[in-house]
Amino acid sequence: MIAADVIERVLTTARARGASFAEVYCEDRRNVSVSFDDGRVDQVSNGRDRGAGIRVVRGETTGYAHTADLSEASLLAAAQAAADAAGAGDGGSHTVSLDGREPDRGVRRKVAVSPLDVTKAARVALLEAANDAARSVSSSIVQVSAGIGDSVKRVLIANTDGVFATDEVTRVLFRVSAVADGDTGMQTGSESLGYTLGWEIFDETSVADLARSAADQAVLKLRARPAPSGQMPVVIAKGTGGVLFHEACGHGLEADHVAKGASVYAGRIGELVASPLVTLVDDGTVPGEWGTRSFDDEGHATRRNVLIRDGVLVDYMWDHLRADREGRPVSGNGRREDYTSLPMVRMTNTFVLAGPDDPDDIISSTANGVYVARLGGGSVNTATGDFVFGMREAYLIENGRITEPLREGNLIGNGPQVLSDIDMLGHDFDMGGPGTCGKDGQGVPVGTGQPTLRVASLTVGGTAA
Amino acid sequence: MTSELLDIADAVVGAALPGEQIEAYVARGSSTEVRVYGGEVEHFVAAASEGIGIRIISGGRTGFAHAGTLDLTAIHEVLAEARENVAFGTPDEWAGLAEPDGVATIDQELWNEQLAGFATTDKVALALELESITKGLDSRIRVDDANYVDGGGEAAIVTSTGVRRHGRSNACHVSVSTLADGDGETQTGFGFSIGAHPGEFDLERAAQEAVDRATRLLGARKPPSGRTTVVFDPLVTAQLLGVIGSTLNGEAVVKGRSIFAERLGDDIASSAVTLIDDPTDPRAYTATDTDGEGLAARRNVLIGAGRLERFVHSSYSGRRAGVPSTGNGVRGGYAGSPSAGCLALALEPGSRSRDDLIAGVGDGVLVLSVSGLHSGVNTISGDVSVGASGIVIRNGVLAEPIREFTLATTIQRLLSDVVEVGSDVEWLPMRAAGVSLVVGGVTVSGTS
Repeated sequence: MIAADVIERVLTTARARGASFAEVYCEDRRNVSVSFDDGRVDQVSNGRDRGAGIRVVRGETTGYAHTADLSEASLLAAAQAAADAAGAGDGGSHTVSLDGREPDRGVRRKVAVSPLDVTKAARVALLEAANDAARSVSSSIVQVSAGIGDSVKRVLIANTDGVFATDEVTRVLFRVSAVADGDTGMQTGSESLGYTLGWEIFDETSVADLARSAADQAVLKLRARPAPSGQMPVVIAKGTGGVLFHEACGHGLEADHVAKGASVYAGRIGELVASPLVTLVDDGTVPGEWGTRSFDDEGHATRRNVLIRDGVLVDYMWDHLRADREGRPVSGNGRREDYTSLPMVRMTNTFVLAGPDDPDDIISSTANGVYVARLGGGSVNTATGDFVFGMREAYLIENGRITEPLREGNLIGNGPQVLSDIDMLGHDFDMGGPGTCGKDGQGVPVGTGQPTLRVASLTVGGTAA
Repeated sequence: MTSELLDIADAVVGAALPGEQIEAYVARGSSTEVRVYGGEVEHFVAAASEGIGIRIISGGRTGFAHAGTLDLTAIHEVLAEARENVAFGTPDEWAGLAEPDGVATIDQELWNEQLAGFATTDKVALALELESITKGLDSRIRVDDANYVDGGGEAAIVTSTGVRRHGRSNACHVSVSTLADGDGETQTGFGFSIGAHPGEFDLERAAQEAVDRATRLLGARKPPSGRTTVVFDPLVTAQLLGVIGSTLNGEAVVKGRSIFAERLGDDIASSAVTLIDDPTDPRAYTATDTDGEGLAARRNVLIGAGRLERFVHSSYSGRRAGVPSTGNGVRGGYAGSPSAGCLALALEPGSRSRDDLIAGVGDGVLVLSVSGLHSGVNTISGDVSVGASGIVIRNGVLAEPIREFTLATTIQRLLSDVVEVGSDVEWLPMRAAGVSLVVGGVTVSGTS
């Protein structure tokens, strides 16, 4: 994307005013999206986004500038702007050299079928199949929408600490949602499938099955009753509940929140912060997962990082800036949405390892409560630990048995409290669907996973007494 | 009317083949973001972007492509790709671009020269001053970050159906996030100020609000469950209006996804509710003279004294519903094509202050913030369940703070259960204005 000698000159310019660190991040992204709605192809769309962001750190200040023009003149202008933004310095000369190195290519993820080799007609055919399958479930299905989005992104990252890395990232995402209409009004169901892989993901999973599942959820909820309100035991099905940990503690373990004392987990390394059943891992290397990358967006290899082991807080997650200030290694968690964005500490794939309990026993030993078969999104206030997450498909548990379906609602809890209230953890495990994590206006793809588990007491936000 | 962006858009539209409708949207912009922490600049981002989105409709089929550059070769590629994408569409008898409808635009002062000429050092100084003022107000307060943000740009839209517009706008705001430390706990708050230019900022007010929001919640506990009357803070009301607006979206209506699809002319809300979408009101943060399809922005009464008067329509949803566009095509930049949506919502204010509303409620909850709107509100089923924090209202006065509870109702009930709208309209950096709102019959989930 950019020649090595140009990178050297850009980094040299960026450092010219006494900066301690300079970085160039360049990306070239092609994407295709096809949306299907209301029985027809809604839109077929192509995108091409290409540009570079230059980061300069001087003292406590980070300067950032970006450009969509990859000519040397424009890159040098961006480097100058970033250096200016970081503040004036003594102007010492620091010539940056890549020493004729080839960029590090990291672990190449094998993509069997690149989306670049798939016809748009094939995309349309998949969406038609999904539409037909969802509508065949029941005459009460009144609306179906589906979409496929895929992207192939090449990135090049170089910095004055010696990082020189290149990567190609392919992602494919399919989603389907259905609306059912009945005497009680309308209800919705949805499914999604997303991997950091190519078109081969559709060999293993049938879009028609996903579409039928989405339609089944919507139809089932037509007979759902209002969710209860108040505190009660909540059992969460494997795979779907990783978002609980993402919100209940994941964000609070990001070193930027910790450094500012804006996390309930600040200063608690070595302490018991969760039930001893809980071992929490953030791992950007899991093959093909939605949050997986060879490198993070600062050019550092992703890793498997144990954050909580047997309930004890082991470590936080780190990007370049926070690790540098603490004089410790990075953890491969410096991520950004695109070249227009500053990197921050972010999660990759965050999951809890399997525990000792039989999943069926978890339900049968729960006298009364709620079983959540499918969670939606959530959000957290890292400073207070209070977080919410949505129940998209849930049931009452009565006398140790799953009974009536419930309407949607949020669950609310406090991170440290909920983590210590996990009193059963299944020996099953699954990763959940693809997620987008939002922080400071930037969205990045993340994965989550967990075994079936029980929280002894959570507040269910329904309307029933 | 000439500009480089218009020239580019004209050239693209001039390449239309027989039977094709072409729309070119070309934009260029820049922005600054300054974040300070601990008396130092934490980061300074100088951003510049440009791009083009091209929509082609032929034989009822729609194709779209975009590129984040105005490089000539790239524009040719985008045009070719949009054209290729048409072939994969399904014919849709209502597909089509907007056509000039004779509605005149209302001129707005969307560009401010003072802001455009505001010096970088002054931007940094403002953020530092906001941080300093905030810290000085209360010894329990730490500042998480203080920010100065501005952005400006120009855009041109040209269609083969006769739309041809060009305009520019800029905007700025400052914000501050706070942490208040109490007895073994921390609470958070924020405050902000908006203005046509930085001279209009009220830093003291933003700082005071950020301090109050955090300190008021110190000592908060989880409340008992029950059904109660709530007073929503203006910011919360604005968030709820965004949700309500999406159920009045013409595209959701024609595709059978709105709970109010069959209810035009019916009473769907309490008579206290008059909801207006008016991007021509210059006080609105999202004020504009044209919509995303290049039609004149206009004032639309959506709910009048409780009665559902109208949905917001783009040219597509309007054509399909058999009504004209209401000037509500919303475009999220050059990378997407427009769809129907509200532009600048506001409730018609009532006559009483927030204090009077609270006194009138007797017993209830003042709701200061809500969370989980994206996960707990389903605009198709109407279910609403959000996390919340606030202050108990007892005998008409504010009592102890509460947190970690949920509020649940449905969108339909929420509208019907509106008791009163306050007089305290606040223009927020959102697509909806805020105002205090009293709603009865809301379920609180807390302890037991």
